Amino acid sequence: MSAITLPRQDTYLNINYGIRSWLLTTDHKRIAILYLVSITLMFVIGGAAATMMRIELFTPASDLVDAATYNKLFTMHGIVMIFFFLVPSIPAILGNFILPLMLGARDLAFPRINLLSWYIYMLGAGVTLWALIAGGVDTGWTFYTPYSTASPTHVVAATVGVFIAGFSSILTGLNFIVTTHKLRAPGMTWFRLPLFVWSLYATSLILVLATPVLAITLVLVAVERLFHVGIFDPALGGDPLLYQHLFWFYSHPAVYIMVLPAMGVVSEIIPTFAHKGLFGYKVVAISSIAIAVLGFLVWGHHMFVSGMSLHAALMFSAFSYLVAIPSAIKVFNWTSSLYKGSISYDTPMLYALGFIGLFTIGGLTGLYLAALGVNVHVTDTYFIVAHFHYIMVGGSVMGYFGGLHYWWPKMTGRMYPEKWGRAAAIIIFIGFNATFFPQFILGFEGMPRRYAAYPPEFQFLNMLSSLGAVLLGIGYILPALYLIPSLWFGKQAGPNPWDATGLEWKTSSPPPANNFEKIPVVTTGPYHYPGKQDKVG
Amino acid sequence: MAESSLRPMNALGDTHSVETSGAHAAPDLQFENLEQQHATRVFGMWIFLVTELMLFGALFLMYTVYRAFYPAAFAEGSRHLDLALGGINTAVLIVSSLCIALAIHAARTSAKRSQLALWLLAAAVLGIVFMVIKGYEYFLHYQNGEMPVFNWTLTGAGAGHVQLFFWLYFAMTGVHAIHLSIGIALVGIMILRALLGNFKPNAYTPLEMTGLYWHFVDIIWIFLLPLLYLIAR
Ligand SMILES: [Cu+2]
Repeated sequence: MSAITLPRQDTYLNINYGIRSWLLTTDHKRIAILYLVSITLMFVIGGAAATMMRIELFTPASDLVDAATYNKLFTMHGIVMIFFFLVPSIPAILGNFILPLMLGARDLAFPRINLLSWYIYMLGAGVTLWALIAGGVDTGWTFYTPYSTASPTHVVAATVGVFIAGFSSILTGLNFIVTTHKLRAPGMTWFRLPLFVWSLYATSLILVLATPVLAITLVLVAVERLFHVGIFDPALGGDPLLYQHLFWFYSHPAVYIMVLPAMGVVSEIIPTFAHKGLFGYKVVAISSIAIAVLGFLVWGHHMFVSGMSLHAALMFSAFSYLVAIPSAIKVFNWTSSLYKGSISYDTPMLYALGFIGLFTIGGLTGLYLAALGVNVHVTDTYFIVAHFHYIMVGGSVMGYFGGLHYWWPKMTGRMYPEKWGRAAAIIIFIGFNATFFPQFILGFEGMPRRYAAYPPEFQFLNMLSSLGAVLLGIGYILPALYLIPSLWFGKQAGPNPWDATGLEWKTSSPPPANNFEKIPVVTTGPYHYPGKQDKVG
Repeated sequence: MAESSLRPMNALGDTHSVETSGAHAAPDLQFENLEQQHATRVFGMWIFLVTELMLFGALFLMYTVYRAFYPAAFAEGSRHLDLALGGINTAVLIVSSLCIALAIHAARTSAKRSQLALWLLAAAVLGIVFMVIKGYEYFLHYQNGEMPVFNWTLTGAGAGHVQLFFWLYFAMTGVHAIHLSIGIALVGIMILRALLGNFKPNAYTPLEMTGLYWHFVDIIWIFLLPLLYLIAR
């Protein structure tokens, strides 16, 4: 970033240099960059595990890796991708950078706690990676008891790593909640908040309420494992099902931790690239909160075959249908917002449209799974795998890449090459569908998940899926290849390259260390498009 | 290191790293004024306590489930606890909370530094007394063969269920004790800061946050006492 030739402008990047100025920074923008680097690294590790799995599944026999190694691969893939990529990615990178800018604040409420949360994340990631390198874990990311207390692999280190990372999540959530309540610029009322803020707020509520439950549960599993006896031990009359309940009490809401921020990103991208306000702003805002609340009442749908009373199963099934309503409301409002808009199909918009399509497929197949009969038929098959990858990868990862491209000019001051961006987005979309759509069929035909080998009749669809994964992998590598050079060679972005509304576009790109020369005063809603010259404050 | 002087230095990132406390006249960069800073920090503490409540909430849930499964064994386990020691500890914690409240009152009404420090010291000492008594109880459990893994001698029908009770007893009181230890350390820091004159009648945010935390730990114990000690009585 030294090749700046224009008159020097003070930014958060050039205010001071050196490794110390980064590792001891309390500037939310720099911490976001620290997160960007470390989370990207975890994405690569999790992706490498997935690549190995897809290569293994190219042929029916378990030839590349044996069954035990395969178990460790999908466990590593799940743990790394969920706890160290999907959960923190959008909040800790994009949220960290953008939230204070959107609110018209100079930083988060607790800048030092923000830095602390990054160090905690790094510690958790380090411990988990150590467990994976030292020999791996084979329990699956769910750590189900009683197997997790008996497995001969490194369960304790992995659970401790996840436990530690949980506190990073909690501190980030706490910081976002307090900042949103207390640091809004003058005139920034609740219903003038951008929808990204609403979705981060809802996400933070879940982070703060659900994560501690997982944390204490994992501690008890680690204790039980160390002493070979404990609270979930059936020999004492302990109940492994209680573990499942506690685990999913966190892990279903965690789905919304992963997808709500992506919904927020899409809600920002759609108005910008349709050049008009978002249809039904208030409904979309409230639906985020509704998702957060209802999301706490549906965890039992992961346990329909684990043993639960019919009454409980019916309630969980009914709530699982209900939680689809606020998500559907969002999808309808996004698509309605496109109506009569003057749409430009830049990279972020391609990702947002991809999100809507793929999330809708993921959501609709989720409704199949909410139905008790279908659920029992496809539980533990590739149908489940395909369903949640449509939500997590088709939804969250698309949202993350969309947001990364959308705010890249703000974060770096440089534009990425648009043609490359579009190409990568399209490759990812095609590669994704080629990878995961066949898995719906495989699952419905009865192929179980978590096996290294499978009957030969499933080979064609598995080959298709593996070839799709190659395409998907290329799509994910591309952004690294053009985003990094854009730091030096990209054209200057200027404060507002997308002609977007929102306070983050009112300050220079990259922003100065204290975000705004003067704290803006807000007089309109977030997506105010009466004419192109509209100014906020 | 910024070579430009387009903006006044105090508006630049350097202030990010300045150690601040309520005693400084200027608020941190992100705040408009000291009132906002105070309200924000106290609100942050409340949110943190909500998280803590969910942490204990999971333990309370496990307790409820197993007690519903095995009511007789839980009553039996409860009879192995020493109500006198538990009762004394309850009184100790309640008085310590009073001391914390009086310390904050002293800070607010600009009492002498030494008076503020004394109330804090009383709270910290009472916290340590609680820990000592709790440790003695643990020692008795160990001696009586009521400590799973380390010394467990109860046998017979339902002994496994009684052991579950003791697992929960140690988990809940143990996590509580960890919290109380952190509280004692925090109060220790507050004593030092009080002696240094860090707190003013309109600037005692860290003290108030410590107080909130202390009361929370106290309240958790108020729930633990009947759930663990009083089942069978
Ligand atoms: Cu779920």
